[in-house]
Amino acid sequence: MSSERSIVGKNFKKVDGVKLVTGRPAFTDDIHLQGMLIGKILPSTRAHARIKNIDTSKAKALPGVHAVLTYRDVPRVPHTTAGQAWPEPSPKDTYLLDSKVRFVGDRVAAVAAESRAIAEEALRLIEVEYEDLPPVLEIEQAMAPGAPVIHDEPDSTGIHDASRNIAGHIFKEIGSVDRGFREADYIFEREFRTQRQQHCPIEPHVTISWLDPDNRLVIRTSTQVPYHARRQVAQILQIPLQRVHVVKPRIGGGFGGKQEMLLEDICGALALATRRPVKIEYTREEEFYMARSRHPQILRMKMGVKRDGEIVASQLVVLATTGAYGSHATTVQGNTGSKVLPLYRAPNMRFECHVVYTNAPVAGAFRGYGCPQGFFAQESLVDEIAHELKMDPIEFRRKNMIRLGDVDELSAELGEGRRGLPRRIRSCGLPECLEQGAAAIDWERKRKAPPASNGHLRRGVGVACSMQGSGIAGIDWACAMIKLNEDGSFHLLVGASDVGAGADTVLAQIAAETLGVSLDKITVTSGDTDITPFDVGAYASSTTIISGGAVKKTAEKVRDHIVKLASKMLNVPPDNLICRDNHVVAKCGCDKSVTIADLAMHATYREKLQIIDSASHFITDSPPPFCAQFADVEVDTETGEIRVLHLVTAVDCGVPINPRQAEGQAEGAVAQSLGYGFTEEMVLDGQGRMINPSFLDYKILSSKDMPKLTTILVETEEPLGPYGAKSIGEVAINTATPAVLNAVFHATGIRFTKLPVRPEDVLRALSAKGGA
Amino acid sequence: MNTIEIGVKINGESKRWRIAPGDLLLDVLRREGYYGVKRGCESGECGACTVLLDGKAINSCVMFAAQADGCELLTIEGLAQGDTLDPIQDAFLECGAVQCGYCTPGMILNAKAFLAQQPDPSEDEVRDMLAGNLCRCTGYLKPVEAVLAAAEACRQKAKDR
Repeated sequence: MSSERSIVGKNFKKVDGVKLVTGRPAFTDDIHLQGMLIGKILPSTRAHARIKNIDTSKAKALPGVHAVLTYRDVPRVPHTTAGQAWPEPSPKDTYLLDSKVRFVGDRVAAVAAESRAIAEEALRLIEVEYEDLPPVLEIEQAMAPGAPVIHDEPDSTGIHDASRNIAGHIFKEIGSVDRGFREADYIFEREFRTQRQQHCPIEPHVTISWLDPDNRLVIRTSTQVPYHARRQVAQILQIPLQRVHVVKPRIGGGFGGKQEMLLEDICGALALATRRPVKIEYTREEEFYMARSRHPQILRMKMGVKRDGEIVASQLVVLATTGAYGSHATTVQGNTGSKVLPLYRAPNMRFECHVVYTNAPVAGAFRGYGCPQGFFAQESLVDEIAHELKMDPIEFRRKNMIRLGDVDELSAELGEGRRGLPRRIRSCGLPECLEQGAAAIDWERKRKAPPASNGHLRRGVGVACSMQGSGIAGIDWACAMIKLNEDGSFHLLVGASDVGAGADTVLAQIAAETLGVSLDKITVTSGDTDITPFDVGAYASSTTIISGGAVKKTAEKVRDHIVKLASKMLNVPPDNLICRDNHVVAKCGCDKSVTIADLAMHATYREKLQIIDSASHFITDSPPPFCAQFADVEVDTETGEIRVLHLVTAVDCGVPINPRQAEGQAEGAVAQSLGYGFTEEMVLDGQGRMINPSFLDYKILSSKDMPKLTTILVETEEPLGPYGAKSIGEVAINTATPAVLNAVFHATGIRFTKLPVRPEDVLRALSAKGGA
Repeated sequence: MNTIEIGVKINGESKRWRIAPGDLLLDVLRREGYYGVKRGCESGECGACTVLLDGKAINSCVMFAAQADGCELLTIEGLAQGDTLDPIQDAFLECGAVQCGYCTPGMILNAKAFLAQQPDPSEDEVRDMLAGNLCRCTGYLKPVEAVLAAAEACRQKAKDR
């Protein structure tokens, strides 16, 4: 099929590429507005306290200060900052400003001043008298009897059990795991722990807000969710939604951290208070602990297997913390069950989790959305089981993995905060991913006889598999609009938010392919709530399949209008016409054709007809992309260093609309996964303060730290996706870490169960094993 | 506030700027409309604010603007010749090395200074050079490929001349 396509499946350059490589002003902060003020937020220095008194008089008196806001000055509307579809499944436990602070970095006050220096001075002049409350910092303490209650305010809603600091709880079972474990020949169980990871977009959160001449509030912001942000800001500031205009320019990386209404509300409040443009931009330090992070989890994973390796029961019990507020609390953790356990068929599955509040920086959406934690546990345990059963880890996986035609009932049970829809597997390239990945890493040879240990160096290879979703079934939806200009070019308007992953390019390719025109004929405008139609936004790996589906439908409708007019112009029945190479051409015999440009001119000035249409799109399933990752590692037993020599990612994302961009998604995900596994951790001290909020002390990987990467795109045809596409944005982030750790086990016999694994951890483990 | 005047040649144009002695070069450049100079960390760790100062790649967030007095500056805005992109810019597009594009100007300028000194680098040398430009999107493979491809293109161009 794909060979007949001229645009889809081809490596076109990014449609927004030239402006990015030439540094043209394209990002949120790349504008200057006359009279713009600088906004700053006063962060709490206490992990848990009531504000007994707050005196802003000195700050207000400072020349150049235009506004100082505290909880007394703003509406009190319980909400969630999670940028999710209404009604949001996260607890409404957050306030624009509050009289209680719940983590170091929580908002105490906000100022707007004529310069950053004045704004910072104003923050220093705000006198806050705190009544300290005992903080809850450890995840295991939060539910203990007598633990301090973090959300004791009466007006928050949607909290599972505020008195026990439980933001959310999930318990789901299919079959009976108790029965399954009784029937099993062997039972394996282990506990795993994961840390707090930060997104680290190189562009920190930044928002500029002002009142336009019609007194409407414009919010230009680095967001993945312009439409959700518009709805939430209107609600929080108690102004009509009609008065809010959200603009998403180019975004300097999101990774889930910008699926959050984070600065838009407070920046809008300052703009309303001052009637001047206001900019708030997080510093790198603020980005670390005042934005969002990946939920730390303690995972207890248990599997029962038969002698021949068949899994008969799998159970995952999770204790996670969402930090001080429950943004994405239940949905992230629900995903840890729904996307992880069903990778291996078992008639009996159980998932339970408690998500607790702690007085720690707030967790939220982060690429992978609960799956990196879950697959770390599952892929480590599965590797252990295969080892104990003396089975090849690939063979063990092949025996148990989900396959074409399967219906996964657990994901229906877990849904998106409420019961969802069952997932049917209509395309699955996982067997080919395993086969091609194994060949690329030279599995057979290296697994049987790892390269000989060279003194203090040990070699090993490992594998891990995962799946994700493509959009949220039955919830995510998008609309696209296409209009024809009189020169034969098209405007494609989409609410979809390209955050750097290349959505504008992919959507333009889908439009061009469907319309039968070259890619340069498509001009994309995206993510502007005044101009573009609705889209839930860039998250849940949804854009290609959901927004792309809307674009394809829209383009088909527009193509029909074009063909209809061409039929009239050429006097050829519509059925005999096709759109191809910027022409409408008669299919058989006769030589008749018209260029789209001539047709467009004719439509505009002769017919007086604007060719324009739109279509909305959603799907009631979430087709999973699949991924198998292989690592070849060398462990230095003298230094404890784990050197990844080669990392192979074989991924089934359906038909890749733009293969090179798809590879880029996989490669970037691997870098974030390896950081998660081996270097990155937000470290909090005993008072809940993050002690490493800089790139120097919180180490993300650089070009020198990356191993040799091989990315293999295994093409399948997904019936529900536009041109057979699924998703690629998240799936590859789940398993680079467990693939490497399984290779470390192969090399050393040591199993690591706590992330990140640093050289000192390796040395300690080697010395405990006594075999260094 | 005391101000001083500095003179620079930036992207081929002579400019005189009135600045405060403590102003950082990054802030002054952005204030003057060179928005391609990006703010990522303000502590010399991420490289997003890279510009060329007398041909050398520097982090403009950890340098006083006053230190640039009398110097020649190149920002990303000055790299292309009209609509003709520099071979490094071309290579970044061609290789898919741009995702969000926020770290891209810094990477390209760093590579520009580097290739002027080392026209035929090894992959390891390119990785060493790019280690000062943090990127959270690409995993670096395609940027490294782009710099190597640009080096090749430049060598070819030199040969053809």
